[in-house]
Amino acid sequence: MSKWQHDGPILEIENLSISFFTRLREIPAVMDFSCTVMPGEAMGLVGESGCGKSTVALAVMRDLGRNGRIVGGSIRFKGRDITRMSEAELRDIRGSEIAMIYQEPMASLNPAMRIGRQLMEVPMIHEGVSAEEARRRALEVVRDVRLPDPERILRAFPHQLSGGQQQRIVIAMALMSKPALLILDEPTTALDVTVEAAVVDLVKDLGRKYGTSMLFISHNLGLVLETCNRICVMYSGEAVETGSIAEVFDRMRHPYTQALFRSIPLPGADKNTRPLVAIPGNFPLPHERPPGCNFGPRCDYFEKGRCDAADVPMFRVPGDARHETRCLRFQEIDWSAPPRAAKPTQKTPVGDVVLRMEDLRKYYEVSGGLFGGGGTKLVKANETLSFEAREGETLAIVGESGCGKSTFAKVLMGLETATAGRILLYNQDIQDTPIEKRSTETVSSVQMVFQNPFDTLNPSMTVGRQIMRALEVFGEGRSDAERRQRMLELLDLVKLPRAFADRMPRQLSGGQKQRVGIARAFAGGAKVVVADEPVSALDVSVQAAVTDLLMEIQRRNRTTLLFISHDLSIVRYLSDRVMVMYLGHVVEIGSTDQVFSPPYHPYTEALLSAVPIADTHVKKKHIVLEGEIPSAMNPPPGCPFQTRCRWKGEVPGGLCEREVPPMVTLAPGHQIKCHLPREVLARMEPVITIAAE
Amino acid sequence: MEPLGWIEILGRLVQQFLPVWIALVLTFGLSIRFKRRLGLYGKLFDSTVGMVGFALVMFWVFTALFADQIATHNPLTQISGMKNKPPGTPVAGGPAGVYAYYLLGGDNLARDVFSRMVMGAREVLKIAPAATVFAFMVGITLGLPAGYFGGRFDTLLSFLANLVLAFPVILLFYLLVTPEIVETGIPTYLAAILFLFPILFLVMLWNSRFFTQPARRNLYVALTLVVGLWLYAGLAFDADPLGIVSMPANILIVFVSVVFVNAPTVFRIVRGITLDIKTRDYVAAAQTRGEGPWYIMLWEILPNARGPLIVDFCLRIGYTTILLGTLGFFGLGVSPESPDWGSTIDQGRQLLSIAPHPALVPALALMSLVLGLNLLADGLREESLRD
Amino acid sequence: MLMFILRRVATMVLTAACLTFIVFFLTNLEPNLEKVAKSEAGSRISDAEVESWLERNGYTRPIFVRYGEWLGILPGWTGTEPDGRPRGRCVDRAADKANAPRYCGLLQGDWGFSTVFKQPVAEIVATRLALTGILMFWVMALMVPASLLIGVLAGMREGSRLDRTLSTFSIATTATPEYVSGVIFIVFLASNAGVQWFKGTATSAMDGVTFENFFLPVLTIALYGIGYIARMTRASMTEVMTAQYIRTARLKGMSFPAVVVKHALRNALIAPFTVIMLQFPWLLNGVVIVETLFNYKGFGWTLVQAAGNNDIELLLACSVVAVFVVLVTQLISDIGYVFLNPRIRVS
Repeated sequence: MSKWQHDGPILEIENLSISFFTRLREIPAVMDFSCTVMPGEAMGLVGESGCGKSTVALAVMRDLGRNGRIVGGSIRFKGRDITRMSEAELRDIRGSEIAMIYQEPMASLNPAMRIGRQLMEVPMIHEGVSAEEARRRALEVVRDVRLPDPERILRAFPHQLSGGQQQRIVIAMALMSKPALLILDEPTTALDVTVEAAVVDLVKDLGRKYGTSMLFISHNLGLVLETCNRICVMYSGEAVETGSIAEVFDRMRHPYTQALFRSIPLPGADKNTRPLVAIPGNFPLPHERPPGCNFGPRCDYFEKGRCDAADVPMFRVPGDARHETRCLRFQEIDWSAPPRAAKPTQKTPVGDVVLRMEDLRKYYEVSGGLFGGGGTKLVKANETLSFEAREGETLAIVGESGCGKSTFAKVLMGLETATAGRILLYNQDIQDTPIEKRSTETVSSVQMVFQNPFDTLNPSMTVGRQIMRALEVFGEGRSDAERRQRMLELLDLVKLPRAFADRMPRQLSGGQKQRVGIARAFAGGAKVVVADEPVSALDVSVQAAVTDLLMEIQRRNRTTLLFISHDLSIVRYLSDRVMVMYLGHVVEIGSTDQVFSPPYHPYTEALLSAVPIADTHVKKKHIVLEGEIPSAMNPPPGCPFQTRCRWKGEVPGGLCEREVPPMVTLAPGHQIKCHLPREVLARMEPVITIAAE
Repeated sequence: MEPLGWIEILGRLVQQFLPVWIALVLTFGLSIRFKRRLGLYGKLFDSTVGMVGFALVMFWVFTALFADQIATHNPLTQISGMKNKPPGTPVAGGPAGVYAYYLLGGDNLARDVFSRMVMGAREVLKIAPAATVFAFMVGITLGLPAGYFGGRFDTLLSFLANLVLAFPVILLFYLLVTPEIVETGIPTYLAAILFLFPILFLVMLWNSRFFTQPARRNLYVALTLVVGLWLYAGLAFDADPLGIVSMPANILIVFVSVVFVNAPTVFRIVRGITLDIKTRDYVAAAQTRGEGPWYIMLWEILPNARGPLIVDFCLRIGYTTILLGTLGFFGLGVSPESPDWGSTIDQGRQLLSIAPHPALVPALALMSLVLGLNLLADGLREESLRD
Repeated sequence: MLMFILRRVATMVLTAACLTFIVFFLTNLEPNLEKVAKSEAGSRISDAEVESWLERNGYTRPIFVRYGEWLGILPGWTGTEPDGRPRGRCVDRAADKANAPRYCGLLQGDWGFSTVFKQPVAEIVATRLALTGILMFWVMALMVPASLLIGVLAGMREGSRLDRTLSTFSIATTATPEYVSGVIFIVFLASNAGVQWFKGTATSAMDGVTFENFFLPVLTIALYGIGYIARMTRASMTEVMTAQYIRTARLKGMSFPAVVVKHALRNALIAPFTVIMLQFPWLLNGVVIVETLFNYKGFGWTLVQAAGNNDIELLLACSVVAVFVVLVTQLISDIGYVFLNPRIRVS
């Protein structure tokens, strides 16, 4: 429905500037931002954390909180300036004309109110319809977002739904009044990859069906490619480049956009022959932005005296329709020049077997709920895990939440003991030795790099002391002075200035903290390092640098790296071998090439299709998995993947529902756990094909 | 001599508190000057609420310190003719050389209300912070392992903590703080247990940190044991071989009861924070490098729990002050001569309609101290959340 | 759900048993019993006479046995006087000495005889508790709405002037214990030093409650709790107001009052509800202080009399009642929390 007719752009933002006011100073969050969204168009807003993309979204909603204020420019929605609207006018368009979806679906829903009531509210507020009418519409929308059993869902409380279902409800709520503009702020970041793919699919379909324009905010270029027509790249509070997807992805005219694309692992990148190019330096803090071009200090094409002279305006790129860039030199730069190649390195030769797992199992006993109903339940976190890892090798462990990769790491580290099976480290059994009983040597040779950089360092101890403590415990160095020297060398190793030794963790950026975490892990000369999603919480431009560092240290120390990740792009980039896990089972294991090309395990196939890739040349087969990942508390009988498998029909006699498939060796070193006959597997087509340039 | 008017009384009070004013100005001047270098304490001076609270607290701390200079009379001396006299009454017929006025009047035993109030500050600030420190030691030493290990140990301790918390405080005081109980020696046993915790805490602290350097560990542990056990013998058993440290039995029971009442709440707070912090990656990192549980609890978890604990510490001193006042109000555990605020209020309340000042003065003093502590806690909370 | 309540009740019974035993133990310590002996048999008796008096009256048997008798799960002791008359715990207090029951303890409704009031304990507790019940009713009627209102108003817009004013007020009231606020109220509102709007004692309120004789005691108890509960409510409210779903509601186009009433309130009141229930141990404190200060002869006043005069049976009874009240409110708070919070209810 529409409150007034307008046939220009849905949203026109012109020279918007937003500041936050603190006790000490005014912090500009967004400067001179312009963009236009036409009816039915989907605009992607891309940038790293802190670049101001969410602030723009909230400004469109005029919901900047008490400290934020729009200090210049205008936001016209269907021709009316939102910045000048009264509270009552705003209320009138919020929810009915503009709707918003954010990152955490659970947090977006009122925990104490039934889903139905939360959905029904929207038309009741804006159109004053009766409760029955609102309920009828709610049912309709819930059906539209493809949720099973809508009646039951309307009666449920938010916590009774899974994350994917919750996000669908949030989308349904946004669509209740058929808004003209939908703002999505990182709507799928909290979801698993296969669930994300389904939600993205849904958003695209519904956008088309309802004719809604979209403002899609994301840090993931691949996701924007899949969902949007146009893109606006932001850096440090400014839009640096805007244009159609094709223009920006293939004919970028801003150094930051270029650097961004070069720092993400696209198909074809390889850690040895075509390494990623990290963006040097750090993202500037909002109150420490450089004069002139904000990207200047990190830019390869920086020209002193020109780029840092005055604020840079947006320039129209000649030849393209609505393509603009904020670069003074965009017409001088040779955009087709290949990247200043970081030196290719030799592939590290793989040595002896360091770590071997044999039929490792880990079961937990979980007592039933808070009220003690039902007896204890057995959670099978790991089922018959077998593999070996060699010296100097990178083995990637891939899987979504609940696949058992964290449990496996805990067992390996000795934080938990195995239920059955063996772990052999240098031919020594360690599966039953908890960490306190392990020798210092064993402990220091198996170390871990953690996921969350904001959590990995003790916030109340200096960086230096934390590394020195690790040295102390591992028995390195004879005196404090010696250990201090070792610690400084470790800082050199992870390319941090020595002055950081006396800093507190809060003074470091995410990437720097992660480097300290790596230094600490290697303090005792670790032989096996488990890296649990070490870069997934970092910004794209920092990811490449940290990944490279990890690779470099591995090469130097000939460390065995177990790289846990859900991001197949980075896995393909850096691993030698890949192990895919689902609900505690290893469903596929093989060399990187074997896993990434057919025949696949059906789950690997779906996973490959689900991962968004930021390359317009890549053609992907469209496979959307229905349903959710089953809970490990309550796994399906037979093959763990049978509830979502699209190949199940090819296996005769319902075998999948009865028996767990055996591990089948397809090629030397390539095994899958699947009932599919070989001829069916042979029919599989590659999921990802790269179109010729 | 004429009685003083209100303005004159006020003037003379300000004059009496001169050492306090000087100390306050110095403290604030230095703190504000260096506030950027003083961490959380420095940040306190960014918050008005925090500064007001800190000023009130420090006012009483300095008053307690300089009580001898501030007080105009001996708090126990009775001067005939001064019974229940209103504030500003000149002292008639007293011995020569004493201050010429009862600035805030006389109480029902003809003692100076002002001097008793000033000396009372000393009584309160002697016990309340110390008792709170002990309650924290007990709460932390038990709360950390309860939260960290969980299981049966946690269930048992949580049950005991809830047991104490379910006990109405006043009833506990009436049952514990009696001369009969002192006779049975129960307070000594309780003290023997409770006072052991700080020593235990420190020994664990040193051992877990320095077990890799035995020489240094042994030195610290030995020092702790010598000093700790000496104080322990003196405080808990009144058996200090040097005869310096001792605590009268009636104070000991008050002290122990207050610790006993406060410790379970601290236990619950520490346990809760531990449950939260133990899921952090840096704890996992410590575990994977083979650190012992006590190192993780005392050096990885505890320092990061300090924010809420410091805030609660301030609140708890205030609460303890109120508890001590309650004890005094019911005449439990304190000698009738004691100038502490609670018992002074109790003595004054019988004659409220004739002479309100003997009860009102300590009441306002107690209120301002607790208010200061609460404001200070609020300021600290606000500033520590601001990062 | 039933399982949950049963488990809670079991814990509660265990807690009650532990607490009553502690009380029993503390009141039945040697020096206390000596005092009883001296007050019953004359204050000048020798140590040996004390000993034999205790022996004769069954006080020398093991503490657990005596606790069991008092509770009514063990049969009362029996014996004979030197002159051959039958004696015993239950015999002494029975009207019909010959057919005295075997069990006479708490569970049989036999609460003992007060030495101070010279009345059966059960009677005293009943009448006094009724008086305190009236007081508590008015305290709750004042405290709960006032504190919730203050907390919600303050937490609604964090940092606003209204918030600062109300927060300072709540901090000030939590800094004022009952014996301080009571004294201040009496001095300024009920004596010739200030205005004389109210009465400085509530003795007359025992016969009939009027605004004049009852407002000050009620206000004194309520005030301390108001600050505390209001601060809890405020904290919970500010947390809820920053939650994502409040933003969702706002961006649905709801007005601010509608957001507060429909989305924030219910979530924000879960925490204060438990706090109010857990306030009871503290309220008892307030009751004891205020009843002493205003001379209102209710339960708190009785407790003070019992403790001050070594009236063991009465003190035990008071403790049992206090512990019982506290535990029942805890149980209500637990169950209520589960009902208010759908997240816990279903899991």
